[in-house]
Amino acid sequence: MGPDGRRGDVKSKVDRFREGLGDRLRAWRETTPRRAWATVDPAAAPEACRLIFEELRARFAIMTGIDTPEGFEILYHFEFPEERRMVTIRTLIPDRRSPAIDSVTPIIPGAGFIEREIAELLGIAFRGHPHPERLLSDDTWPAGVFPLRKSRGNGEA
Amino acid sequence: MATTKIPIGPYHPLLEEPEYFILEVEGETVRDIQVKLGGNHRGIEKISEDKTYDQIPFLVERVCGICSTSHPLAFVQAAEEIGGVEVPERALYLRTIIAELERLHSHLLWVGLAGHFIGYNTVFMWAWKYREPILDLFELVTGNRQNYAMMKVGGVRRDIPRERFGKIREILDAVAPKIDMLKGAILDDPVLHARLKGIGILSTEDVHRFGALGPTARGSGVPIDVRRDDPYAAYDRVDWDVVTAESCDVFGRAVVRVLECIESVRIIRQSLDRMPDGPIDADVDALPAGEGIGRAEAPRGETFHYVRSDGTNRPLRHKIRAPTYQNYQTYRAMVVGETVSDAALATASVDPCYSCTERIAVVDRGSGRRLGGWREILRASREKTERLVSGLMEARTTSDETAGGGSNAVGEGRGRAPTEFERLGRWERSPHSLNPPRSPLGGGKSADAPPLGFSSAFGGVLTRQSLGALVGRRR
Amino acid sequence: MATLATKALKKSIWVFHLNTGACNNCDIEILDCLTPRFDLERFGIALVGSVRHADALLVTGPVTRASAPRLRLLYEEASKPCFVIAVGACACSKGMFKEGYNVVGPVDAHVPVHAYIPGCPPKPEAIILGVARLLGSLS
Repeated sequence: MGPDGRRGDVKSKVDRFREGLGDRLRAWRETTPRRAWATVDPAAAPEACRLIFEELRARFAIMTGIDTPEGFEILYHFEFPEERRMVTIRTLIPDRRSPAIDSVTPIIPGAGFIEREIAELLGIAFRGHPHPERLLSDDTWPAGVFPLRKSRGNGEA
Repeated sequence: MATTKIPIGPYHPLLEEPEYFILEVEGETVRDIQVKLGGNHRGIEKISEDKTYDQIPFLVERVCGICSTSHPLAFVQAAEEIGGVEVPERALYLRTIIAELERLHSHLLWVGLAGHFIGYNTVFMWAWKYREPILDLFELVTGNRQNYAMMKVGGVRRDIPRERFGKIREILDAVAPKIDMLKGAILDDPVLHARLKGIGILSTEDVHRFGALGPTARGSGVPIDVRRDDPYAAYDRVDWDVVTAESCDVFGRAVVRVLECIESVRIIRQSLDRMPDGPIDADVDALPAGEGIGRAEAPRGETFHYVRSDGTNRPLRHKIRAPTYQNYQTYRAMVVGETVSDAALATASVDPCYSCTERIAVVDRGSGRRLGGWREILRASREKTERLVSGLMEARTTSDETAGGGSNAVGEGRGRAPTEFERLGRWERSPHSLNPPRSPLGGGKSADAPPLGFSSAFGGVLTRQSLGALVGRRR
Repeated sequence: MATLATKALKKSIWVFHLNTGACNNCDIEILDCLTPRFDLERFGIALVGSVRHADALLVTGPVTRASAPRLRLLYEEASKPCFVIAVGACACSKGMFKEGYNVVGPVDAHVPVHAYIPGCPPKPEAIILGVARLLGSLS
């Protein structure tokens, strides 16, 4: 029996996820025994989320958006509590002018809030989000100002 | 039938945070709820990018006043993951003690508020009275009743010397029987059964879909708990149980919280016993570039922090997600279909820590008659409790089976000793404000007289004379 | 019991509590004032549910953008005289959130403030003392 209670011959969900991604997986990293990071292209991110959330029943924790010099990074944080591991799906949106990606809220209703928040604070559009209204900002917040962007937040790349 | 909107908020005596819900109602039934956050958004993630790793624990401690320590704990763990820091054993136990004391005071706070919601004001006073010694304990060991400044990257900032252990044990010994009493009262009380069961249903599928956390998830039988699933501090070094309930309703969440208090006492006692001597700080000078995730099981569920470091003393990115942020999203599932009087109860049952997340302004979706505000909803909630109590008392007198079942009748014994609540005159009508009820011990006071009997029965610390002395000194 | 306190507080004061984006610590300590140990009501201080009945506003929080108009509106709606008491470091000075992009406080940037009770959070004793001193200075 492994340290997480699984029998040695049963494939872990983490392994099944990694294999299920196939050649959509651009990079795989494990920073600690409990933290795995899978890089995919933006177009593959929703499908990767569907695989891990719907098929493998991972728990959705949250998403993180990061403004980097290479583009906007979106991290989708999931957990397999029974295997004591967190798996983060990472994708990079290189378009800084009109960054956009398909919403995962139709797959993961609990992602509804955070996608709205990332849209507000980083200016990323989540295509197909069922309720793309403001979450945190009030109605007088100036358009084109995205506080979490590393640039001055004036909307420019 | 036309839907009507009942806004709850923005300001009401119990939940004074500027939170906005809008209930859309058809007759008595809630058809939709909107949650809008924003009134509390302070931009902490952005502020954090300008602060050092030493400063940030102080900042994030104030994300939320009640789950206060879960944030710095999750944050320092994320940083420690980046640096591969080994935190000294003693510090792990100290972190555990502080975190569990916080769970105790937070759950007692919720029990009090829940009591107030349904009209058991004595429960409010009682739960908050037994919460006070825990705040005293915090002040004794950390210097402050709230905001403890204990966590730092690499360990803790302050030790709890062995001489203090006796006092901690003493207070735990005093509080533990009160928690047992609360447990018995909640599990036995037929009115609470009738009032809280079957309300605010959250299926296990919806727990998954919405990413529900903490007692909200565990009250639906989903056994997630960061302390067991991603062990941190000393949780894998002491014996304790993850508490779940299967009923998926408000009652289940209440039961989980009360039973968790019992586990917390267990964890703290073992931590005091097993804590080794030794350093409390790994003396971390710098962190390499990298990224890390730190999590803590706050009273409301998983607090999640992600940190990206570029090797400098300020984070490149610091993501903060409090548990209520996810739990809010369960409202649509658990409130829709409820009556108005139960809607407030259901929303309170996730123990919303408003400042952890955000409260948005009311979204005006068009015309609709306003049926009332918070006051009306609170009144409706208490009226329902009244009806249940009357119904149960009638059932007792007519010898029928009660809603609570069998011989568990309210009031003077019908083959069952009165519960603690009944002995205290547990249910009293209360106005919408937070005025304490008339003292059960000092009956016969006029409606206008200050309830001196009540306060002296519980032994007020701040007396009229001492306050007079303080005020007088400045004149 | 002809103490100075009794003289200062012989008139009861009704207080409305408002949170402009606070973390809850100050708010919980204010609620704590009602519990048996502190029992605000002994001193004739009562929390009320409507600002129209209030003699004083207890305000917490650094004033976020969304809460600023409401703060001003509530002050306007309160029957005058209405004394505003800023409770906690954030209400007094924005505290740790002064660089927050969504923070437009402190309280006295929007409404007049008659008493400041600093602390993070101030203890219930400090809150009661602050309110009592304000009343004492008024009588």
